Amino acid sequence: MTEIPEHLLKRAQEAKAKAAAKAGGDAPAPAGDGGDAGSAADDAGKIPAHLLARSQAARGGAEGGGVATAERPAGGAVATMPGAGAQAPPLATGPEGHTQRLLTVVKAGSIQDVKAKPVDKVHTWPHLLVGEFVACLALTAFLLVFSAVVNAPLLSLANFNLTPNPSKAPWYFLGLQELLTMFHPMVAGVTIPGMGIFALILAPYTDRNPSPRPEDRKFAISLFTIFLMFWAVLVIIGSFFRGPGFNFTFPWIDGVFFDL
Amino acid sequence: MARTVEGHEGGVAERLSKRLEAMQSSQAWNSIFRPGSIFRKGYTDSPRNRSYVIMNSVLYHLHPVKVKRHAVKVSYTLCLGGLSFFLFILLTVTGIFLMFFYRPTAAQAWDDIQTLHTSVTFGLLVRNMHRWGAHLMVLSVFLHMARVFYHGAYKPPREFNWVIGVILLTLTLLLSFTGYLLPWDQLALWAVTVGTNMMGYTPVFGDQVRFVLLGGVEIGTDTLLRWYVLHVLMLPFVLVLFLAVHFWRVRKDGGISGPL
Repeated sequence: MTEIPEHLLKRAQEAKAKAAAKAGGDAPAPAGDGGDAGSAADDAGKIPAHLLARSQAARGGAEGGGVATAERPAGGAVATMPGAGAQAPPLATGPEGHTQRLLTVVKAGSIQDVKAKPVDKVHTWPHLLVGEFVACLALTAFLLVFSAVVNAPLLSLANFNLTPNPSKAPWYFLGLQELLTMFHPMVAGVTIPGMGIFALILAPYTDRNPSPRPEDRKFAISLFTIFLMFWAVLVIIGSFFRGPGFNFTFPWIDGVFFDL
Repeated sequence: MARTVEGHEGGVAERLSKRLEAMQSSQAWNSIFRPGSIFRKGYTDSPRNRSYVIMNSVLYHLHPVKVKRHAVKVSYTLCLGGLSFFLFILLTVTGIFLMFFYRPTAAQAWDDIQTLHTSVTFGLLVRNMHRWGAHLMVLSVFLHMARVFYHGAYKPPREFNWVIGVILLTLTLLLSFTGYLLPWDQLALWAVTVGTNMMGYTPVFGDQVRFVLLGGVEIGTDTLLRWYVLHVLMLPFVLVLFLAVHFWRVRKDGGISGPL
């Protein structure tokens, strides 16, 4: 059995005694009322008598003031409030006849913890899908027209006995081939690209700056731009500025030694 | 008079619209297009239907029903990620077409491409689209990575999706590189020779790596078969798996990043 704290028990007892005292004060009044006394006494336990009286008075007024209905509430009112004398009790109504009262206002913040802020959103259809559709169509059109105009290279049949000069890797590996002129193949072909990919994978874990705003991340942006430019410059040199023997040439003098 | 002319034309339009309505009311039509489809009878532009368009389509429900307003701007994403995916689809379609006319053996590969150019309807055009599309995809994936970096979109909670993105970039390069050998011309042979020689300098396992890649000690018909299977089956399969995780994580990590 759960133990009820003593102070609560005490408070409950006090409340009970108070209620009993009030009931005792009210009890004689309905008794002296006559015919309806029994039912009135029963009702007294639930709805305060003066409220009942008021509502009946209001009903009586609406009906045009029947004698019997008019008398009864008056009696009740007298009975419940002996001190008030013959007058009806003051009706505690608000400016527009409201009978309820505002007890307290509980602010939303004290009972609700709102974490998600509303985000300005639009429907994917049509706002995003239309844009995507147009972009896909434009790309398809571009690719179709470009492919109709420019043919993909197809050189002569592969020949192991005839090494073209220069021999070049696909363009995205030409940066590595360029490095090959400066470093040992293991460094240029494996170590540096491996470290590059590793650095890319680690980027989100090494960059501890939480801000995405460009003005807050000047160092990260500079570093990445240098990284991109490094590869872009190497690829461009390897593609256009390397000729026979992978020696340095100028494309406007010796021509371009480059196939896509 | 005018009434008869209009009446005649109106009659055709009316009959057409009646036909359309009858078709849209048919059981077959309604079984194909789910509620909310823009092709269904009585489609109206309401928030409810805009949501249904996305939710009731297996393709579109890659997207959420609503997206952040700033994410719809072309200037934010430049469509690069979406266009990379679209290029992958284009390359799959054109690649399947090319597979009908290509045999991956040293004796037949180059001749098959030559035949494709000269005797297959649209053969040259489709091959051009495949080749230029592949170069474009490498470029767009690179630029997508740069865009994501400059927006700081790899920051929490999106760190792991960046890692998946780096893997996708590597897979894209590998797909392009394996496709490079398939025409079996001088360009293909020597570009791949340069590339695989570099991988042969991998520390400790260099010779083994090269042997596995080439299917032998030097490039030959076995290499062609090996790279063909990698190119048309294995790498696309792995790429699709990572793509699925990539797209799924975009949504799970709270949609596209920003605004800045």
